[in-house]
Amino acid sequence: MAEAQGGRSLVVDAVTHRYPSGALAVENINLDIKGGEIIALLGPSGCGKTTLLRIIAGFIAQTQGRIIIGDDIVDALPPNRRAVGIVFQNYALFPHLSISENVGYGLAARGVDKASRQREAQRLLELVQLPAMAERLPRQLSGGQQQRVALARALAIKPSILLLDEPFAALDKNLRLDMQIEIKRLQRVSGITTLIVTHDQEEALSMADRVAVLGHGKLEQFGTPSDVYDRPQTLFVNTFVGSSNRMPGVVVSADRTAAKIRLDAGTEIIARPAGGALAEGRRVTVCIRPEHLQFVGDETGFAGVVGMSLPLGATVVHEVTTADGSGVKVSQARVGETRALENGAAVRLALLAPSLANAFPATL
Amino acid sequence: MGAAPASRDVTSHGMGLAAPLALFFLVFFVAPLLQLLWLSLHNDTAALHWGLGQYLHFLTDPFSLSVLGSTLLLGAEVTAVCLLLGFPIAWLHQRVGPRLQTIIILIVLLPLLTSVVVRTFAWIVILGRQGIINATLQSLGIIDTPLKLLYTQFGVVIALAQVQMPLMTLPLITALGRIDPNLDDASCSLGAGSWRTFFRIVLPLSLPGVIAGCTLTYAAAITAFITQSLIGGGQMLFMPMYLYQQASTLQNWPFASAISIIFLLAVLAVVSVFTTLGRMSRGYGGA
Ligand SMILES: Nc1ncnc2c1ncn2[C@@H]1O[C@H](COP(=O)(O)OP(=O)(O)OP(=O)(O)O)[C@@H](O)[C@H]1O
Ligand SMILES: [Mg+2]
Repeated sequence: MAEAQGGRSLVVDAVTHRYPSGALAVENINLDIKGGEIIALLGPSGCGKTTLLRIIAGFIAQTQGRIIIGDDIVDALPPNRRAVGIVFQNYALFPHLSISENVGYGLAARGVDKASRQREAQRLLELVQLPAMAERLPRQLSGGQQQRVALARALAIKPSILLLDEPFAALDKNLRLDMQIEIKRLQRVSGITTLIVTHDQEEALSMADRVAVLGHGKLEQFGTPSDVYDRPQTLFVNTFVGSSNRMPGVVVSADRTAAKIRLDAGTEIIARPAGGALAEGRRVTVCIRPEHLQFVGDETGFAGVVGMSLPLGATVVHEVTTADGSGVKVSQARVGETRALENGAAVRLALLAPSLANAFPATL
Repeated sequence: MGAAPASRDVTSHGMGLAAPLALFFLVFFVAPLLQLLWLSLHNDTAALHWGLGQYLHFLTDPFSLSVLGSTLLLGAEVTAVCLLLGFPIAWLHQRVGPRLQTIIILIVLLPLLTSVVVRTFAWIVILGRQGIINATLQSLGIIDTPLKLLYTQFGVVIALAQVQMPLMTLPLITALGRIDPNLDDASCSLGAGSWRTFFRIVLPLSLPGVIAGCTLTYAAAITAFITQSLIGGGQMLFMPMYLYQQASTLQNWPFASAISIIFLLAVLAVVSVFTTLGRMSRGYGGA
């Protein structure tokens, strides 16, 4: 495999940034990214994703910590000397320059002559499948096309790191999927280390080799998509990535790998102690994903009353109120003609398999 | 397409609402202008004999032509000074925090808050033989005899530039403010230094503002009767004063009318050059 010829490693070393206004945007972030990896930076709005991206690109000087690209500490380098390509959320194409000139802009800054510039721009436009658009102005292109031009423009300077800030936010669902596949393909071909900022968890899970989950300026977890989804380290990650029911309970017995927990809803389950060992008698919050619950016909599990049912294409989500008054969501695959559950029907719910639940120490 | 009938409705409403202004315009602008044109087409002061004599007189008289030339040149000089001084201010305005922005706007607007007459007299105080500049330079021992600043082209240009500065700076601030700040960052991340970014991105994108500012400043500078005559004094003659002398002092209304028509056409020509440039650059705006 032609592995990562263009990709250099990127280390974010204990980076903290406080804006002059006093807002602490990111706090002690550590990321160790290998050359050629695709990393997703996932987090809710305002958690500091853009700030971190702008620090790596060099637009903001961080208050503390270091950015290391390859073997070089780049903190003293201005953005134009970092060889970091960036695609902005709003694309930021130069409105007065043609598509070809936009793509060739970085080469012009490097003193490449006009003919070679145009040739290279044409090659890149073919790569992003827009070969016929070279002479148009940006506003004569659709959002998705502009996005691809922005990508071609960033790739033209052969960056060692590619940063994408919410690159698909403005695209409709189908185009978004196309572009995700497109970027993944380009990334595989070029081997450029890529950092994608997103608040869309599906996008993060599907595109990235590893996902960094940010919450309130702190790094909550940095791991593979299945780590983050199946073995969340914090309650925040468990509830932010994928949907999750939070059920209160108390620890009956526990060792390092499994904990027996009595749920307030009225059953005992085995859960994975996510944040390390749990003491007996400790109150915990148990997270169970809707797809890990099932309706059972016997007297196992816990009781509930069906409220609303939402058919969502391939699955149906039922809202069930448990004995202790809290609501849980249950997602059921739609196989053939699933019998409709009536509003108010009494049901019993159980985990599909043991240890699909994660237990976190309760904060209150 | 579907919006066509609706938009026609909107226009007809607009016309109705514009009627009072149109009437005002007709009575107080178009009518006097036509009268002016009518007057200028007479060869004698009593306006009895038709002819192009006044125009011929102006266009063959070296003195009249030199007045026209120096007026148009004055406008160009003032516009250039305003552009060179105004652009950095507008650029700075884009790059500072909100508090400094307010201060810059205040400084830019300050000239508009005082009367032109007051501002012009202030310039006389500054530029005069015993004025602030000469007094300072003399007390520092840099010059022996006072410099002649007042009643010179230089003095008129400087004073006019200060008086007209807001007309340049405000459109520039607006134009620069419309530029997406990410474009700066994009240019920089692509490897361009600040000069390349300025000349390839910021300047071309601010052209609509530059054109608007130049048009306004130019038109205001060449017609600025008070500042021109007070700072220029008796030796410097520009079109507005020339016109005034002919009409008011010499009572030669037909010649004065011809002067104003010629002046009007000359200004229109210059302004239309600016607007053509502006239309060509309009493609840059938006996005
Ligand atoms: N220029 C600034 N000055 C002061 N505070 C700022 C500035 N830019 C961002 N912040 C603050 O820093 C925090 C992080 O902002 P940032 O833009 O990095 O969030 P984000 O994760 O990119 O959010 P989004 O998903 O909405 O784009 C926010 O609380 C924001 O209010
Ligand atoms: Mg953001």
